[in-house]
Amino acid sequence: MTNPTRVVETILSLLEAQQLGVLSTHCQGHPYASLVAFAYTDDLTRLFFATPRSTRKYDNIAADDRVAMLIDSRSNEEVDFHEARAVTVTGRAHEVAGDDAVILKELYLTRHPYLKTFLDAPTCAFMVMRVQRCILVEQFQNVTEYEVAP
Amino acid sequence: MKLVVSLSEIREEPVAWVGGKASALARMKRHGVPVPDAVCVTTEAYRLFVGEAGLTERILMELSRKPFAEMRWEEVWDAALRIRNLFLTTPWPPHLYAALAAGLEGFLDDRPLVIRSSCPREDSAESSFAGLHESYVNVRGLEATLEHIKLVWASLWSDGALLYRRELGGDVHLSSMAVLVQHLVTGEASGVVFSQSPQDESEGVVEAVYGLNQGLVDGTIEPDHWRLDRETGAVLEHREPLRSSYLGPDGLGVCTYPLAEAKANKPPLMPEEVTDVFELACHLERLFGVAQDLEWTLAKGNIYALQSRPVTTLDSGDTTGRNAWYQSLHRSYENLTALRGRIENHLLPEMMRAADEMAEVPPHTLSDSDLAEEIGKRLEINERWVLVYWSEFIPYAHGIRLFGQVYNDAVKPEDPFEFTTLLTHTPLVGIERNRHLEELADLFRTHVDWQGGEGFGGRTLSSELEEALMAFIDTYGALPWVEGKGSRSQQTRDSLVTLLCEMARHPAAAEFIPEEAPKLEERFLGCFPEEEKAYARGVLSLGRSSYRLRDDDNIYMGQLEAQLLRAVDEGRQRLDNGLKGPGADQLRGEIERFGIRTTIKSASSDTAVELPVVKARQIMGQPAGQGVAQGMARVIRTPEDLAALKHGEILVCDVVEPNMTYVVPLTAGIVERRGGMLIHGAIIAREYGLPCVTGVPGATHRIETGDRITVDGYLGIVTIGESGDVFKQA
Repeated sequence: MTNPTRVVETILSLLEAQQLGVLSTHCQGHPYASLVAFAYTDDLTRLFFATPRSTRKYDNIAADDRVAMLIDSRSNEEVDFHEARAVTVTGRAHEVAGDDAVILKELYLTRHPYLKTFLDAPTCAFMVMRVQRCILVEQFQNVTEYEVAP
Repeated sequence: MKLVVSLSEIREEPVAWVGGKASALARMKRHGVPVPDAVCVTTEAYRLFVGEAGLTERILMELSRKPFAEMRWEEVWDAALRIRNLFLTTPWPPHLYAALAAGLEGFLDDRPLVIRSSCPREDSAESSFAGLHESYVNVRGLEATLEHIKLVWASLWSDGALLYRRELGGDVHLSSMAVLVQHLVTGEASGVVFSQSPQDESEGVVEAVYGLNQGLVDGTIEPDHWRLDRETGAVLEHREPLRSSYLGPDGLGVCTYPLAEAKANKPPLMPEEVTDVFELACHLERLFGVAQDLEWTLAKGNIYALQSRPVTTLDSGDTTGRNAWYQSLHRSYENLTALRGRIENHLLPEMMRAADEMAEVPPHTLSDSDLAEEIGKRLEINERWVLVYWSEFIPYAHGIRLFGQVYNDAVKPEDPFEFTTLLTHTPLVGIERNRHLEELADLFRTHVDWQGGEGFGGRTLSSELEEALMAFIDTYGALPWVEGKGSRSQQTRDSLVTLLCEMARHPAAAEFIPEEAPKLEERFLGCFPEEEKAYARGVLSLGRSSYRLRDDDNIYMGQLEAQLLRAVDEGRQRLDNGLKGPGADQLRGEIERFGIRTTIKSASSDTAVELPVVKARQIMGQPAGQGVAQGMARVIRTPEDLAALKHGEILVCDVVEPNMTYVVPLTAGIVERRGGMLIHGAIIAREYGLPCVTGVPGATHRIETGDRITVDGYLGIVTIGESGDVFKQA
């Protein structure tokens, strides 16, 4: 089933329901995964998160901006195998600051208001991922790709 | 659920909605006991407020930086201040504001109010939060009322309340609060009454003061005290204090006034009034079924019940003493001002005299037994001042805290620790000492023989430099890493030269003045109306004095200890030189006592050793000095480790002892196991504008000298190692 509207809506409802996602970066080819609190724009073109600049994920992205993020609805129960959904979002991430970040930061804090102090710290980097593709996995092994930007 | 209910409406509302205090007052009112008119802002309003803007999660994140059970009181205080500021700076959600304004509308007029906590679990027979949650007297108007409701809510998270909940073993986090808004009844006399004395179950107690009972409750005004026989109501004893002042309302808030002579000579209650007050408490005991602790006021012949709660100290694990300890965490302006007078006018001069007197007795001129006696005497002098240090100097640090709270209430800054910026560059002895040290380093740097340090290798220095070194040592004593073995004076001199060479090789560290610092004083004072400016200036002056002593007391204590060390050194030298006989035994005895003396150093509580396969990468502490620094860690496990510290390294230690101040200008940042925003290390770091993270669990065990670390003084995070390190073996 590849009804584009349904796919986009499913992805959006999955992102809406989850606070955290698994970010993938790499260090000289070695994969590295991190849990981050994310937010996104409704057109799915941007996904964003925050990190201190002294972290591995930050250094990894500085060296290579290609990243992926896994967001899923698992409940850690048996039913996950037919019920859970997961979306893998791929794209390129950059630190964004100043005027360009204002609106996206507002969106981020609306979703994660408790991270205000964290986000406001001068050592905290606001990272914006330009989304290229979303890969949706449902009912165990049904996989659908949605190209957001070529 | 309604957000605001009047006392007469409270009948079936569960205590969980209106809290114990409101519930008890409603019951008294129903039974005809005069109580001030009041409405109750229910716990639902609290729930809606903290539910907005992620406040609940922000509070919990603040309290979860490390396991709560491991937080020191200072750290809990810091967290409480941050939480309090969250309440102050979080704007009202518009719908909640509108609902409260509508609910309070019919009750508010131009009469003054009292805003009290009414916590669902506040007062029961098992526990009493009396005095731990805030009450505010003489508040007027909607805006001020709402503001104080926020402050009462915030007091649910005060350091005292948090620590008390921790001790009671309940969940620190699960809490809610209702708020009682009462009309202020300004009685001629007020006080407390226990239908059954916490000390003796056959007795009751009445305490009374002139004016408002706030003065009695917070300990500012000493009350008249009556012990009564519970059976007969007969007065067994009446203890009269020296009556000199009373607490009354002033513009906004309360103020201490002198008592007219006629009143000062007369108890605040007539004998029959003492009986009436006691009768009322007994009546309430019958009504509630347990002994009552009642706050009352006597106005125009009527005794009003302000609040009543079970007496907690009979048959319960809780004791007045414990709760009193938590209450003592907060001291009033009056109390601290008196302490300041005692410290500045008596204790410090006395201490300096003691050091001077010891300095006049050079140990090498004494006979063996006189020397032993002198060591004994100096041990006692040190002991005495260590006690004073704990009982007077340490509590005086509350002056900084009081100022911080007043500053935040007035200015409502985004950063709850902005007030510390206003306190930096209060002249500190430790910084003054560092200035002298830097002058010496500059003599080195500009000396004709210096040549980038090469010229000083292995040579004696010119006589003017040697003289300057000796003058410095005479004034400030030896560096802390010089231990008394062998020829101490040579070691003292050599270690100072080593430090000065390291300093001279690099440009001098500048003291740091934040840009906004000069404006903050104006900003603070500008928040007060003309008639309260004197108070604001007084609190600022108290804050500065307290801040200064926080550092200086250690230096003065160091001077006393230096005199003790001089005598002990002389004794050791004589023993090392083979001294025999009774004089030697005496000396040995005193030196043993010296070895086990009490000092002001705090014991390290941290001995955990990490397994090599488990290594910390990031450790959360508290952001105590803004900025970010990267460098090699210099871990201080013994004082000697300080000697090896190089320019640009990051000082990692258990506790920044005041004697470590010397090396701080060489460092790029500070990491400390002991936590707090106002501890010595944090104060000194801010003086030099150094990034500083305190409260880092296991700092000196989890970090190794030579580790490359990042100190994030904004987020309070220490990162160990390079990010790529972990992949090297992969």
